[in-house]
Amino acid sequence: MKSERFGPWLAMVLGTLYFVVPLIATFEFSLRKRRGVYSFDAYASVFSDSRFIESFGYSTFIALLTIVVGVLLVVPTAYVIRLRMPRMRPIVEFITLLPLVIPAIVIVFGYLRLYNSSSFLPLTGTARSTDLLLVFAYVVLAMPYMYRAVDTGLRAIDVKTLTEAAESLGASWWTILFKVILPNVRVAVLSGAFLTFAIVIGEFTIASLLNRPAFGPYLQLVGANSAYEPSALAVIAFVVTWACMGLIQLFGSGIRGSSAAPR
Amino acid sequence: MAFLDISSVRKVYGQNVVVQDFNLAVERGEFVSFLGPSGCGKTTTLRMVAGFEQPTAGTIRIGGKDVTYLPPNQRNIGMVFQAYALFPNMTVADNIGFGLKVAKKPAAEIGPRVKEMLELIKLPHLADRYPYQLSGGQQQRVALARAIANKPQVLLLDEPLSALDAKIRVSLREEIRTLQKALGITTIFVTHDQEEALSMSDRIVVMSEGRMEQVGDPFDIYNYPKTRFVAGFVGTLNTLKARVLDPGAGKLSIDGQEAVTSRPLNGSPADSIRTVALRPEAVALGERVNGGNGLSGTIEEVGFLGSVVRIKVRLGENAISLDTFNSSSVTPPKRGDTVSIAFTRDDLLVLEDNDAH
Repeated sequence: MKSERFGPWLAMVLGTLYFVVPLIATFEFSLRKRRGVYSFDAYASVFSDSRFIESFGYSTFIALLTIVVGVLLVVPTAYVIRLRMPRMRPIVEFITLLPLVIPAIVIVFGYLRLYNSSSFLPLTGTARSTDLLLVFAYVVLAMPYMYRAVDTGLRAIDVKTLTEAAESLGASWWTILFKVILPNVRVAVLSGAFLTFAIVIGEFTIASLLNRPAFGPYLQLVGANSAYEPSALAVIAFVVTWACMGLIQLFGSGIRGSSAAPR
Repeated sequence: MAFLDISSVRKVYGQNVVVQDFNLAVERGEFVSFLGPSGCGKTTTLRMVAGFEQPTAGTIRIGGKDVTYLPPNQRNIGMVFQAYALFPNMTVADNIGFGLKVAKKPAAEIGPRVKEMLELIKLPHLADRYPYQLSGGQQQRVALARAIANKPQVLLLDEPLSALDAKIRVSLREEIRTLQKALGITTIFVTHDQEEALSMSDRIVVMSEGRMEQVGDPFDIYNYPKTRFVAGFVGTLNTLKARVLDPGAGKLSIDGQEAVTSRPLNGSPADSIRTVALRPEAVALGERVNGGNGLSGTIEEVGFLGSVVRIKVRLGENAISLDTFNSSSVTPPKRGDTVSIAFTRDDLLVLEDNDAH
């Protein structure tokens, strides 16, 4: 019996060590700024840097916009595909997977060619329109996660019958979408939203090449010029990501009444 | 003109004709059941009335208004689904009030109406519960209340009892019928359960392969089935091959034994083969009485069904199953016994389709 359990435990311990040891090492290193003693000086230095607050604030704002645009784009699309065009699902799934296949650098070079200041749609012409372009780019980057999260949520409810029930009660498409469907996939939408947030906060390539003051380029800048602060930032980035994951878990298990399965 | 008028409706999916030549006039307050096996087109017809499907041909009128191409949300119908379809994110009260809110009724009207509906389905104490906190029967009662809260013109019930266990099914069908009668709401009920259809309906439409086989009240459908399909689908039925001896006198030969039917033989010539039918409960063990029919045969099977004993008697090529009440004081006959069976002339049904197979 004991030998049967040893294998799985060994695998789990090795896996945990693989992830945890580098993290502990990074954290330990981030505490060594003051010679001879552990301190949070590196963290104090990071938090006192106005560029940290600015870039983090900027990325948070862009992430929230990305979530709003992503939800407005993905939820109705996934709903219509599931309800009215199920045959299109493989095609849409393929399209939503493309951002995982095409590197971000290819996407951003495509954008720069297509939307440069002398093009028919000069989105890189001003800072605000470039922000908009950045949001669109992040919507694309987050699409594989957002679409899958929402699609999984829709799979858990009887979309067709709920839609028909609402229609028979006189509801319009908008009412059905926002009063019936969206509330019932909110856990899935929140999962997608937190994943989107985590992606946007750490993204470097697109923000850097579009020359926007985002958190990713700031991380790179600090990493190139300091010793201990990058480790502190890496730990902060991990905490932010874990907070997002924790919120997914919290909302995933905490919200009742979001499953359509009859008992 | 009928309140709900379904006229020459046909529905085709690709090459597949799902519903054909469907004509039905439902009076206001009537309870009509569509009864048939899976794939007979009953649910498709209901969905066309609801507006979820559009007919390939034909018209549907509700209250004199042509609704054939009107979207479902503009038809003022109430619908109850097999899978309940309660909104999981809303409480019982919110579910019931949903249609009223959508119709932009004032809050002062919605509250009392929801309360009235909760009283009607006897669940006023569950107003704040979520659907997942209710049993199947409770969920379906809430779905019913939600469907009728907005006072729809027509109530459509799509196999609402199929997902429930037997006891709840019986009590809920009585509740539905009582409610429907009290409110006088025109209702269409789709089911594949003959007992439900027979016990609840004013009229039954028996359907097979997209066609209406027979329309009639439960008594007629059960006692005077017009086709072999109806006779076989509604209740248990013995179908027998019989040779016509004297069409005018209704005389037939069943495996060489003479029997007489009071039903018309519809001009079948002498010596032709007709399909006749007998309900198991219409046949009794014993000698013929007062001008009825009597046949003799050998017992092939004896089946114990609790309150009823079903006995299969082999006549020759044909066999007849008959039901007798179980009684501890009477010993049922055994396999191989030779017995006489009796039935009245009225009970020997002659089916319309002349396919003695």
